[in-house]
Amino acid sequence: MSEQFQELNVADFFYKNKDLVGFDSPHKATYMIVRELVENSLDACDGHKILPDVRVTLSKVEGDGGQERYHIKIVDNGIGVPLEAVPYAFGKVLFGSKYSMRQNRGTFGLGGKMSILYGQITANSRVTITTSQGGSKVYTFELSTDIRTNTPVIYRRDEADNKSHFRGVKIEFDFEGDYGKARDKIIEYFYETAMILPYAQLTFIDPNGTLLFYPRITEKMPTPPVETQPHPHGVDLELLKRMMAANPHTSLQVFLSKNFQRVGERTAKAFLKSNGFDPHMEVSQLSTKQLTKLVTALREYPDFLPPDPSCLSPIGEELLREGIKRLLSPEHVVVTTRPARAYEGNPFIVEVGIAYGGAIMPPDKPGKVQLYRFANKIPLLYDEYSDVSMAVIQNINWNQYKVKLDEAPIAFITHICSTKVPYKTAGKEYVAARPEVEREIDLAIKQAARELRVQLSRMEKAEYRERRTEVLRKYLSMMASFSTFLAEKTKEPDVDLLLKEGGAKKRRRGAVQLVDDPPEDGSMKKGKA
Amino acid sequence: MERNTDRSEFARKALKDLGTSIYNQMEEGRFPEVMIPSRQTNNIYYDPKLEQYVLGDKRVVRSADNVKHVKPLAQLLWVARIGKELIDYDRVSTLRDLFYMSKNIDINFATQQESDEAVYDLEALLSMPRESFNIFPHDRGAIFGDLTVRYRVKGFKDSLINLTDNPDGVNIGPALDNAELVKTTADKVIAIEKGAIFIQMIREKVHEKFNAILIDTTGQASRSARLLIRRLNEELGLPVYILTDCDVWGAHISMVIISGSVNSAHITGLNTPSAKWLGFWPTDINRYKVPTMKMKELDWKRLAELKADPRYKEKFWKEQLDAFERLGLKAELEAFSSKNKSVSQTFLVETYIPEKLKELGAI
Repeated sequence: MSEQFQELNVADFFYKNKDLVGFDSPHKATYMIVRELVENSLDACDGHKILPDVRVTLSKVEGDGGQERYHIKIVDNGIGVPLEAVPYAFGKVLFGSKYSMRQNRGTFGLGGKMSILYGQITANSRVTITTSQGGSKVYTFELSTDIRTNTPVIYRRDEADNKSHFRGVKIEFDFEGDYGKARDKIIEYFYETAMILPYAQLTFIDPNGTLLFYPRITEKMPTPPVETQPHPHGVDLELLKRMMAANPHTSLQVFLSKNFQRVGERTAKAFLKSNGFDPHMEVSQLSTKQLTKLVTALREYPDFLPPDPSCLSPIGEELLREGIKRLLSPEHVVVTTRPARAYEGNPFIVEVGIAYGGAIMPPDKPGKVQLYRFANKIPLLYDEYSDVSMAVIQNINWNQYKVKLDEAPIAFITHICSTKVPYKTAGKEYVAARPEVEREIDLAIKQAARELRVQLSRMEKAEYRERRTEVLRKYLSMMASFSTFLAEKTKEPDVDLLLKEGGAKKRRRGAVQLVDDPPEDGSMKKGKA
Repeated sequence: MERNTDRSEFARKALKDLGTSIYNQMEEGRFPEVMIPSRQTNNIYYDPKLEQYVLGDKRVVRSADNVKHVKPLAQLLWVARIGKELIDYDRVSTLRDLFYMSKNIDINFATQQESDEAVYDLEALLSMPRESFNIFPHDRGAIFGDLTVRYRVKGFKDSLINLTDNPDGVNIGPALDNAELVKTTADKVIAIEKGAIFIQMIREKVHEKFNAILIDTTGQASRSARLLIRRLNEELGLPVYILTDCDVWGAHISMVIISGSVNSAHITGLNTPSAKWLGFWPTDINRYKVPTMKMKELDWKRLAELKADPRYKEKFWKEQLDAFERLGLKAELEAFSSKNKSVSQTFLVETYIPEKLKELGAI
């Protein structure tokens, strides 16, 4: 019996269930390892206002046949890891247990550690970590994880002078994978990451020696997310109880205004009165029934301001536009960042971009939509036709926006940032159709589409003007020649000058002087007019 | 009355003025424009004083500023340019020919109708018929009689020709159109609707018997024929008599010679207001007792149309239309042959024409 109820540690759990978290085949694992490590590196940079410079080298390791084996090396210029934290950060798998209202790419470090563990499981590889926080020393560790006990095993620990002023982390290990099958997704991953992070410099050298390099095109970065208090729409009974236990003797009004974002004393009072609570009641006095009522009221009260978006880090219209321009080279880019909203108390922000024309090709078959999806700055590469963004785009009546979806050279970019992205599945590849999220995506795309329509009709007008000038030039040139001949002159009027000045001189009506003295032989007599 | 006006010189000057106006506007940095009398039906009026249809005061502005106008404007100038060339080189062209000429240059006449329109516009703008700038219809109509003309056409310049020289008559063509009418011994003009009757009348020496210049209009008179008739009337002072079948169509052939056609409302100077319909009137039917035919549906329809035309409100014309309506009959000129004594002595020439000329006070 005791064996059946034995506690399962996280490392062991991963070992037995690696397919559940995306490492279900050699090629999927190859993609996941690159992706997880890059994302950890990016978090170590832009979460701390550092312009990311991430370099990945993937090389083939000569093996004994069987599954192909690869060596990965990733170097970043992030904040680095403190010396004492290295073994635990890389040699022990932890759940992120901290309650955090802050946007992260993934749960803290877990994906990266699973990648390392996958190398250990499949290639019996130790991981080599080199890190510095920019001080005088660089530390190098050689580690593995004791899966049974989930503890780090240190094989080597070196210390050297930091002559090159290195700051960041370098990680190296081997794993069994399949780059051939993973190649397209990995390249797509870097491509889309460069789109959403125009301020990052990304380098990837693949096992064939092919270099993929995305230089930084802007030094502007979005404001990093800050931790904030919970929004009242996001409370649950457990959270409320815990918060009250910490402040048992404050009045309801003060409790709410001190512990929730977007709730001041006046809002708290108004909220409490409209729900029949006494603002001066101490929180410890609440009955269980009242507590339940309070939770419901907090979640449903319509007059709280939307969640504070400072716990979110949208990339912003300017950077989104830059990123789209750089990689899609469209003729038109329109972007929209929606105000922060919440679903079940989780704040989120939807950003969309629409790129049109230029290097964008029309879809190669009807029903196909070019959609680039991002969640918390991560490209989502799988299951795009199951994604809420795709459903929203396909449900919009595009005739309204003068766009033929099946023929237009149009691409969509959607970015959802949230403290909790509503993924549909554990694989975290597509976003579920939460009504609040769906509505925001719909509004954002429609807002961008309206702007696009304005730009397109402006372009149509410009094209019309150009065509008009062309027509005018053609016929005015003829008229210049004909009138010179008729007037028995030699030098033709300058049509280019006329077009340039747009015939600006005031028009004079009745400019043509008809024959002034008709003969009286009658045959030429003018009409009564 | 200036008898020696060279129409070509006059047209050349008008075309030069048009070109100069466009040229100057462009030189001054303006998109050139012209104002053309509107040829829309709502701008066509009957002018009782001129006894013809004319255009009203409505003007259409064609401005190069307008992308829809610039092409027709360039087309108009192209026609003007061709007109000047035709005059300069003493060549003639037709509407059809002009349309084909336009294929030489990227002026984009989609159909001949479009190039025709450009010609009509130029006629309206310059207020002169296209014959003035040497665009002619295919020859239609002939003239015979003692009339001496001096051609202005290159190669025939200054040659004097008497129009009795050709026993079949002389084509009313471009050369004659602009020829100087030098002298005549005739004292009247008889225009005949039918070529066969025209030839018959030459053989019967009608021109001598009645001292007349004979003109074959071959149905509805062409603009050249109408112009020539007017010149004979205006420049040489000859009264004009028109001989047609006895039907509503014949009546209208006379009317167009007298007061012009709606289609040519933009050009004045093609009609001869003093010309008279000599016959064959419906009121003559009972008098001469010749074979007749019943009016057909088309005839009735045309009769109704003519009755609505203001020109037919005049007493004489109203009587004739009423006669058609009352009788419901029509007759051809050839019907008089039923009363011929012999082929060389026709009733038409021996009896009908002199009686009618007397009736109208011509002899």
